[in-house]
Amino acid sequence: MARLLPKRDAVIIGLGWTGSILAQQLTEAGLNVVAIERGPWRDTATDFNIAYMQDELRYAIRKELFLKPSVEAMTMRNNISQAAMPMRDYGSFLPGDGVGGAGVHWNGKTWRFWSSDFSIRSHLVQRYGAAKLKGLQLQDWGVTWNEIEHSFDQFEYLCGISGKAGNLKGQVQPGGNPFESPRTREYPNPPIKTGYAPTLFADKVRELGYHPFPQPSANLSQAYVNPLGVRMGQCTYCGFCERFACGNYSKASAQTTILPVLMKKPNFELRTECEVLKVNLTPDGKMARSVTYIDAKGVEYEQPGDIVVICAYALMNVRLMLLSQIGTQYDPVTGKGAVGRNYCYQTGSGARMFFEGKHFNPFIGAGSMGQTMDDFNGDAFDHGSLDFLGGGGISCDPSNGRPISYRPTAPGSPRWGAGWKKATIEGYNSSMGFSAQGSSYPVRENFLDLDPTYTDRYGRPLLRITFDFPDNDIRMSHFMSDQLERIAKPFGAKVTTVSRVRKGWNAVPYQSTHNTGGAIMGSDPGTSAVNKYLQSWDVPNVFVVGASAFAHNAGMNPTGTVGALAYWAAEAITSKYIKSPGKLVPA
Amino acid sequence: MRQVLLAVAFAVVSSPACAASVDAGRYQSVLGDCEGCHGKNLAGGVELMTPFGKLVAPNITSDKQTGIGNYTAENFRRAMKDGVGPGGKRLYPAMPYPAYAKMSDADIADLWAYFKTVKPVRHAVDVNQLRFPFNLRFMMRGWNMLFFRPALYAADKAKSAAWNRGAYIATGPAHCGTCHTPKGFFGADKGLALSGASLQGWFAPDLTGDPTTGLGGWSAAEVAEYLKTGRNAHSIASGPMGEVIEHSTSRMNGADLRSLAVYLKDLPASPGNGGGASGVEAQMKSGAGIYRMNCAACHSLDGRGDNILFPPLAGNALVRQTSAETLARVVLAGSKAVATRETPTGPGMPSFAWKLNDAQVANLLTYIRNHWGNRAPAVSADAVKKIRTSLRSASH
Amino acid sequence: MSEQRALSRRRLLASVAALPILAATADGRSISGHLPWSPFAGEPPKPVSPLGWYFFNPGEVAAIEAIVNRLIPADELSPGGKDCGCAVYIDRQLAGPFGQGARLYNKPPFSPGLPTQGYQGDLSPAGRYRLGLRALNDYTHTSYKRGFAQLTPAQQDTVLAGMDGGTVALTLKPGFSTKEFFEMVLQNTMEGFFADPLYGGNRNMASWKMIGFPGARYDYRDHIDKHNVRYPRPPVSIYSAEG
Repeated sequence: MARLLPKRDAVIIGLGWTGSILAQQLTEAGLNVVAIERGPWRDTATDFNIAYMQDELRYAIRKELFLKPSVEAMTMRNNISQAAMPMRDYGSFLPGDGVGGAGVHWNGKTWRFWSSDFSIRSHLVQRYGAAKLKGLQLQDWGVTWNEIEHSFDQFEYLCGISGKAGNLKGQVQPGGNPFESPRTREYPNPPIKTGYAPTLFADKVRELGYHPFPQPSANLSQAYVNPLGVRMGQCTYCGFCERFACGNYSKASAQTTILPVLMKKPNFELRTECEVLKVNLTPDGKMARSVTYIDAKGVEYEQPGDIVVICAYALMNVRLMLLSQIGTQYDPVTGKGAVGRNYCYQTGSGARMFFEGKHFNPFIGAGSMGQTMDDFNGDAFDHGSLDFLGGGGISCDPSNGRPISYRPTAPGSPRWGAGWKKATIEGYNSSMGFSAQGSSYPVRENFLDLDPTYTDRYGRPLLRITFDFPDNDIRMSHFMSDQLERIAKPFGAKVTTVSRVRKGWNAVPYQSTHNTGGAIMGSDPGTSAVNKYLQSWDVPNVFVVGASAFAHNAGMNPTGTVGALAYWAAEAITSKYIKSPGKLVPA
Repeated sequence: MRQVLLAVAFAVVSSPACAASVDAGRYQSVLGDCEGCHGKNLAGGVELMTPFGKLVAPNITSDKQTGIGNYTAENFRRAMKDGVGPGGKRLYPAMPYPAYAKMSDADIADLWAYFKTVKPVRHAVDVNQLRFPFNLRFMMRGWNMLFFRPALYAADKAKSAAWNRGAYIATGPAHCGTCHTPKGFFGADKGLALSGASLQGWFAPDLTGDPTTGLGGWSAAEVAEYLKTGRNAHSIASGPMGEVIEHSTSRMNGADLRSLAVYLKDLPASPGNGGGASGVEAQMKSGAGIYRMNCAACHSLDGRGDNILFPPLAGNALVRQTSAETLARVVLAGSKAVATRETPTGPGMPSFAWKLNDAQVANLLTYIRNHWGNRAPAVSADAVKKIRTSLRSASH
Repeated sequence: MSEQRALSRRRLLASVAALPILAATADGRSISGHLPWSPFAGEPPKPVSPLGWYFFNPGEVAAIEAIVNRLIPADELSPGGKDCGCAVYIDRQLAGPFGQGARLYNKPPFSPGLPTQGYQGDLSPAGRYRLGLRALNDYTHTSYKRGFAQLTPAQQDTVLAGMDGGTVALTLKPGFSTKEFFEMVLQNTMEGFFADPLYGGNRNMASWKMIGFPGARYDYRDHIDKHNVRYPRPPVSIYSAEG
């Protein structure tokens, strides 16, 4: 029997990026908030020591800062005809763990999805006709660009994003991304430096008539004070960014932007190493009453709250909804049910060029140090004569030269024994790459549900992922690979290789941690789990915040949009829900 | 006699006589940093390690059994100013009555008015855990006879009102000298006031006008900014001063901070640190390498830091103190800067004790104390070893 | 549960010289009103001892040393895998949490999966090494009448190439193929060669010198603008004091 604790105004599950933003905004509005976090407390000076953070084996290979499958695993299969198996180690993607979540060890690429993403169905139907979308479960997100733009702005100023605006209030800006949707003001900081390879890349693609621009970066170009008064430092291009925490306060994370202010508030409490087992509903299932969690000593508690905000990782948000019976499980056969629907991923491919006698110094890098062109992203180009929808950003953004993992060699080179060292030395210093990060569009057969066989350490069913790259996305990605090949030609490399996505998503090699959907936002309770304010259609005092709300995934990293959705949901709670609790959108 | 002195004090330094005020008293408790030792709710229990044993700050809430709820105004005044509790019990000068003796009776009365309103907390504290013979309170009689010269603050008519207000706060309620004035063997002040003092594990820096070690390089506005926010272009506070800023100076009013700055900026210069190191080429070379490897990513290769997050080391008086105790401490154990409303970040310096040995820390400190135009005595491996040992025994 | 932990703040006393000490430290389960901090915080890595063996038995030592020397042969570019400490590295890894598969999901049922689903066996990495090295010796005894370590370098290369290329099949377990075993050994050997020397391999930072990786540096602001210019400084490890 769980011990009953005193009620709070709001209970936040998970203190990563979204949990921290929600906690900050809700406490600012005067609510008494408790956050319950499964992982440990972590902070810069005490846990991200600048003299041992640069340890590739510990952090990148043994994945010390990541969620352990022994704590929570997931099962996967490519389609419903297969038996799902547990990912006994995480490989294709790496969920975060602990205070700050994956925002501790992200790269810092901070995009805004486009206006045409939020209204994707309307936009594409208008441009190409409904038949073009056949087979794709694309849906509008229920929120429009003009409504949410200021939330992107809030997140970017919180983080001190370093970049160059490409569209200020409708005016295209030289040097920025001309395809981005209009923004109201410049980035808070100028772009970071981009090093040799990205500079070369930008020069070449500009000659081809494309529009390269500096990747918007949460690795800061200069010292910064954010609107909360929290100070950050300048990125030093150390090359230990993704998979690592930042040792010198120069990568935006909850730790470097919010926690110094949040943690001192008397109306906020954080409980770490406490795992929420489920959200408890009232007997009629119409309201959340409390959450049950278990602490590090194995003692169970029930924490009542007027509002429950689920801010875990996207996939875990969905699992917690299913375990708590919030909403209806999606059925891929009938297409009915909302929770688990529109699970999407990312569709990537890359080019690598091998030169002679060049010095790229790959170890000089940052998580978001690069140049990108969006000429083939989203619907920036005409798909009228093409057999797919979607696209991707093409970026040259060398983040590191950590040699256990980063050892590009020309095709046909030995991997061991005689000759491998020479090939490794050449590839290490004299090659550069660029890649396409492609969109992932929803189809009926890709979805999330609870696994019937495998359970976690507390006996709860694991989440089951059923996913393969849809034919549309394979065609899109091959088109992108063609572009990579074409773009690579003028570089005059000795050898160039380009990868191509194949059917049969493989859970073993790392690809991307951009898992989206499953608890998507929208304007129809039949096809979305949460409304435009990320409020559960079924249980209105539950808000579900994160990339789980993405109705599809674009050819961009998700964190910028995740941060915007967090501010957007917080604003709905503080300006609407508190004043008049109940359904913010009539069902 | 006392009455006469009081009257004089009243006339020159105190606010206009008026009935004791709770609000004014609350402000006096800010000036005096009562929370610093007695805890946020003033119920005591904070342990203070002294060379003579352990003292625990008592409960000073209005609880009648475990606090000071049974005190009379006179009991309170005598404890504050004479170091004598009810029944003649001698206080230890960990309670800075030698400084509080300078406070006006009006300010003491205000403080008492405030204390009477403090929420009573039932919390018994075993105050005296000193070793024999220091646990014998009567011994303080002798200490007081030798070292305690109670006197109200006497204004210097040649100085401005602001200067006098600053001097009153610094030497009276804020008891700056308690940490920053060198002490003799028995813990009494000895030597030039506020010229810097070692308190096992920290070196409370020189506050005099000396340009190398003191506040000579800070403007009065920068002194006030530091006390208000915990940082300025030269430095960020951490350690004990961070706590003083958090609980006390950041909550002082602007006029008082400016007055403190006026007074501190007028202190005569100390003799400085005795000059730079010489004949330490090997230490300097090693220190440069250690600095590049471990320090430059925050404090910059040029030692200028990043003045809003990482303090500069070039031209920083704190780096050039006579004693490198504080420097060694923060390199070994790490430290956390104060967070105030204006400066909420509270950045931390990581610990390097696991990596750098005593000689390496000594080389590093010798380097930063003698590079970029800094000049200060060399640091020896032995000195670092002592600090490491005492820090380790204190943290376990 | 929701009791407020005492702040682990240090207090300074006063007039007599005083050493601030820690109040009772919180275990971090409930944090409110402050940002936790404590002196000496952190979990620095502990360098492994180069002496002795913690996991491998003498026969296994001979085999693994022979293997890492063929995967990373000594030549003018670097010493061989053994002299670089790769076998010591693997030994220490297998003796620790990696070897036990401490982070892995290890609940049954253990059913055969598809290649896209990753390893589905019930053996820990240490168990896979134990089985794999025994099977390798069995194989060479059958085919060459001697242990792997006793083969000529050319024969060793032939066996390893066969494991890599699918022409040599060791007797392992369902769900644990020879190719998987080979890939695991290759991956761990390269980890040992390229990881920080504190883990037992990459002695004298041989691999970092070989490829020009500067190691555990944290600040390249002085070189970011020097395009196509070789970085001039030598590698440093986490335990290098000077850079």
